[in-house]
Amino acid sequence: MNIYDIVIIGGGPAGLAAAASAKDHGADSILILERDRELGGILNQCIHNGFGLHTFKEELTGPEYAARYINLIKERKIPYMLNTMVIDVSDPCRDDPDSSHCDASDGIRVSPVRKITAINRTDGLFEIGAKAVILAMGCRERPRGALNIPGYRPAGIFSAGTAQRLVNLEGYLPGREAVILGSGDIGLIMARRLTLEGAKVKAVVEIMPYSGGLKRNIVQCLDDYGIPLKLNHTVIDIRGKERVEGVTVARVDEHRKPIPGTEEYYSCDTLLLSVGLIPENELTEKLGIRLNPATHGPFVNESLETDSPGVFACGNVLHVHDLVDYVSEEASVAGKCAADYIRRIGPLSDGNDPCISVRFSDGIRYTVPSVIHPARTDETLTLRFRVDRVFRNCRIALYSGEERIFQKKRLVMSPGEMEEIRISKQKLMQCSGHEALTLKIEHI
Amino acid sequence: MYDVIIIGAGVSGAAIARELSRYELNICVLERDEDVCCGTSKANSGIVHAGYDAASGTLMASLNVRGNELMEQLAQDLDFPFRRTGSLVICRSPEDMPRLEELKARGIRNGVKDLSILNRKELTEMEPNISDDAVAALYAPSAGIVCPFGLNIALAENAAANGVEFCFDTEVTGITRADGGWLVVSKQGNFRTKIVVNAAGVYADRFHNMVSKNKIHITPRKGEYCLLDRSAGAHVRHTIFTLPGKLGKGILVTPTIHGNLLIGPTASDIGDREGTDTTCAGMEQIMKNANLNVKNIPMNKVITSFAGLRAHEDGHEFIIGEPEDAKGFIDCAGIESPGLTACPAIGEMAAGIICGRLHPAQKTDFIAERKGFLNPQTLTSEERNRLIRRYPAYGNIICRCEMISEGEIIDAIRRSPGARSLDGVKRRVRAGMGRCQSGFCMPGVMKILSRELGIPRTEITKSGGNSRIISGLNKETGYPAGGDRP
Amino acid sequence: MEKHLTCIGCPLGCRITVLLDGNEIANISGNTCKRGEEYARREITAPVRTVTTTVRVTGGASPVVSVKTKTDIPKDRIFDCIACLKNISVEAPVNIGDVIVKDVAGTGIDIIATKEIPRR
Repeated sequence: MNIYDIVIIGGGPAGLAAAASAKDHGADSILILERDRELGGILNQCIHNGFGLHTFKEELTGPEYAARYINLIKERKIPYMLNTMVIDVSDPCRDDPDSSHCDASDGIRVSPVRKITAINRTDGLFEIGAKAVILAMGCRERPRGALNIPGYRPAGIFSAGTAQRLVNLEGYLPGREAVILGSGDIGLIMARRLTLEGAKVKAVVEIMPYSGGLKRNIVQCLDDYGIPLKLNHTVIDIRGKERVEGVTVARVDEHRKPIPGTEEYYSCDTLLLSVGLIPENELTEKLGIRLNPATHGPFVNESLETDSPGVFACGNVLHVHDLVDYVSEEASVAGKCAADYIRRIGPLSDGNDPCISVRFSDGIRYTVPSVIHPARTDETLTLRFRVDRVFRNCRIALYSGEERIFQKKRLVMSPGEMEEIRISKQKLMQCSGHEALTLKIEHI
Repeated sequence: MYDVIIIGAGVSGAAIARELSRYELNICVLERDEDVCCGTSKANSGIVHAGYDAASGTLMASLNVRGNELMEQLAQDLDFPFRRTGSLVICRSPEDMPRLEELKARGIRNGVKDLSILNRKELTEMEPNISDDAVAALYAPSAGIVCPFGLNIALAENAAANGVEFCFDTEVTGITRADGGWLVVSKQGNFRTKIVVNAAGVYADRFHNMVSKNKIHITPRKGEYCLLDRSAGAHVRHTIFTLPGKLGKGILVTPTIHGNLLIGPTASDIGDREGTDTTCAGMEQIMKNANLNVKNIPMNKVITSFAGLRAHEDGHEFIIGEPEDAKGFIDCAGIESPGLTACPAIGEMAAGIICGRLHPAQKTDFIAERKGFLNPQTLTSEERNRLIRRYPAYGNIICRCEMISEGEIIDAIRRSPGARSLDGVKRRVRAGMGRCQSGFCMPGVMKILSRELGIPRTEITKSGGNSRIISGLNKETGYPAGGDRP
Repeated sequence: MEKHLTCIGCPLGCRITVLLDGNEIANISGNTCKRGEEYARREITAPVRTVTTTVRVTGGASPVVSVKTKTDIPKDRIFDCIACLKNISVEAPVNIGDVIVKDVAGTGIDIIATKEIPRR
């Protein structure tokens, strides 16, 4: 069994940035495992532009953004395996806690080497040892079944990402007339893509009173092409037995229940679903790592380390992002922290640092990280979170006990856009005596 | 001239075909859809019932018990997934205890073995998630779970291996007497045969009524289901029934043979024989009733819902045999639950009737066994690596949820009868059956189907007919070359 | 004449009203910040977009390559630009930045590849 210092599962934007950063912070023995036939992950099918404004100060398309990071990997000669599916990750120590091969880290006994089982055509089924693991598996789309839309199960119902793959990577148009359920960014982007490729998009239907996508996408993907966005509406019936023939759309009340009498029928041969993304944590669960029910990703600390020491997570497997720039930034932190973990330098080696948990008040769905060791943070710590409804004219405030240690005014916040605040290490160190920080949204 | 034409390639038709293929007979199965297992056989509970439900003395009762007995050997011979997990009929009120006792007594009369009544303590030890209201249960260890697709496909493959012809996309439109036999008319051409077997599911009354004056009447009875993710599959270990009511056995909760959790069916009589759509009311009823017998079902783990139609004949009894006035026409009608369980016995019985007419010789080269789809996940690492070295496609994972490889998908397509659509692949080797419901693997499976079948990607369907997945190439419509957009 | 648009500068999404006197902008209202005014002025006088789509590839590891207009083109030329690409096919290998079509639809802007497609 080959043993690497750091094995990164997933060669998408998170995995690539984590790998480059780990290398830059001194890790030498790194391997990326990617299930697709090329690096870049979901960016390869996101051929629209708008990526990289934060990172590169220019607007790139998804494949161009991916290419920049793929070049970083190639320049650094970081090895990667393509067409390789990881099917299991295990901690031999978890299976046999009495094993003498276990290390104590943070009081938790972990195996010094995790075992990763992967499979591909040329190497067959094989095992790789990893002293640290970075989880970067991304996320997947919620399927129709999770929505319980009644009706038949004809051809012509696609998750938006599947349609995106067919159109952008394979050159096939899924249908001629479409309705899109859900106004997440992939749904909006696909409304424009289908229109440009010759299909008629009749409506984008959103059950919530606001869109889950970026304003820019609503304007440039819907308004530009005269595609109606129907807020507070949902699809209540799918017609057609072999192929979709139409859908019935109805307005919903404040409890998201369809209002009788508001039904409208749209004939169409295609229904795209853009109804949410779920971090893909099957492998994470195999390690017994605790998941946050709000994000479906693991709970992590300031180092983006899960509750299994030496296992880090970043990107959409941790929590679903809307901007890839933030994925890259987050993944760079994970890469650096994994490199630090391997070298066992600095505060990471000491299990007795004070630890503060991050709590939050009504209106906030979650924070990443959820616990902080002030001594281990970089000079600034980025705290990311999402709100659960639209807020206007408000203030994000972070409290340590009664003391407000941070505040930031926001004209508007919406669930569709991830929020972040940056706090200095110095401030955090001053809070070390407290058990918890509390993040609040306050009206002003 | 065929000896036997079987209308319908569901479990009944396939079981009869397989049984008849033991003999020197010229047999053809006509199927309206593009594949086997496309009607009632594909959308049901997948339960091998013990046999205490049906009224004693009925065909339903005797064929249920006989089918249950035969299932184990059949599963071995034909290598499809089957497990005796046992069933529990839950009694939630002391007043209902006499009905539970009655059910047990009926089971014993029907020949069901090892029935016992469990008290609450015994029950909760067996099923920790059983409802707090449960007071007792009838335990039938001989009940089991089976993959309905696996069973149907195995029977059809083995029949085909023994020379039975299958004609798909062949809808029978008429049956008339001709030259002492029958002329079977379809849109795809006419077939002459000595014997017709009517195994047409919810359409069986139509064919029967074409040849007999003694009319029968089938009502499609819709059953809706919710299928939960595998992470919920261990919520119960046995099939959990409620005490039966008027319209059937009520809503059950069961693990499936592949480790999911299945909840359903509802029961509503409908007019439409094609009405396999799910409904709001049905879904609500499942949500409401699921928790009656089992608590804490994680309904947020539903990955799909579906509906099937039971072929309910007015007399609520299997109709197997020749009508008085139509010799050589063998009905196999009204096959609703426990039809899946009974199918091996239905095959035996129908074959017996036909042999009584034609007196065929036994084949000397009958192939009694069939090898199922190779599931690499059941192999040791060494075996799996040997397999991949020989067939690298087994190392290429296409369906990430169920971890299905290209090798398995190729196997599904190259069989006879083989998969020709996404659903055909799904029913055979489970690619697309998992929690993302084919979102990830659909393009990959389409590509393999296109290559293996030698047809363009644009012709690949979800389930035959007009269910094409994609409509064409990018920019194919809407852009006359060089011109403006119309 | 009045025109309405949604600002894309930030999540606020201000509804901006632009009052037009002939082709001249007479007044801009509804914006919260200066960026909104600039956006509205640009959108009203000369709206532009980057167009992204795919063209067919022969002999490549992938059947299509993603492409974009090298810079923005006038918004009302989007469909002309796409129509020009309908029958275009390029031969692999393709590199990022390769010009696929020069001066697409007479806009003066080139269509360039945004992805590397190696030979099959």
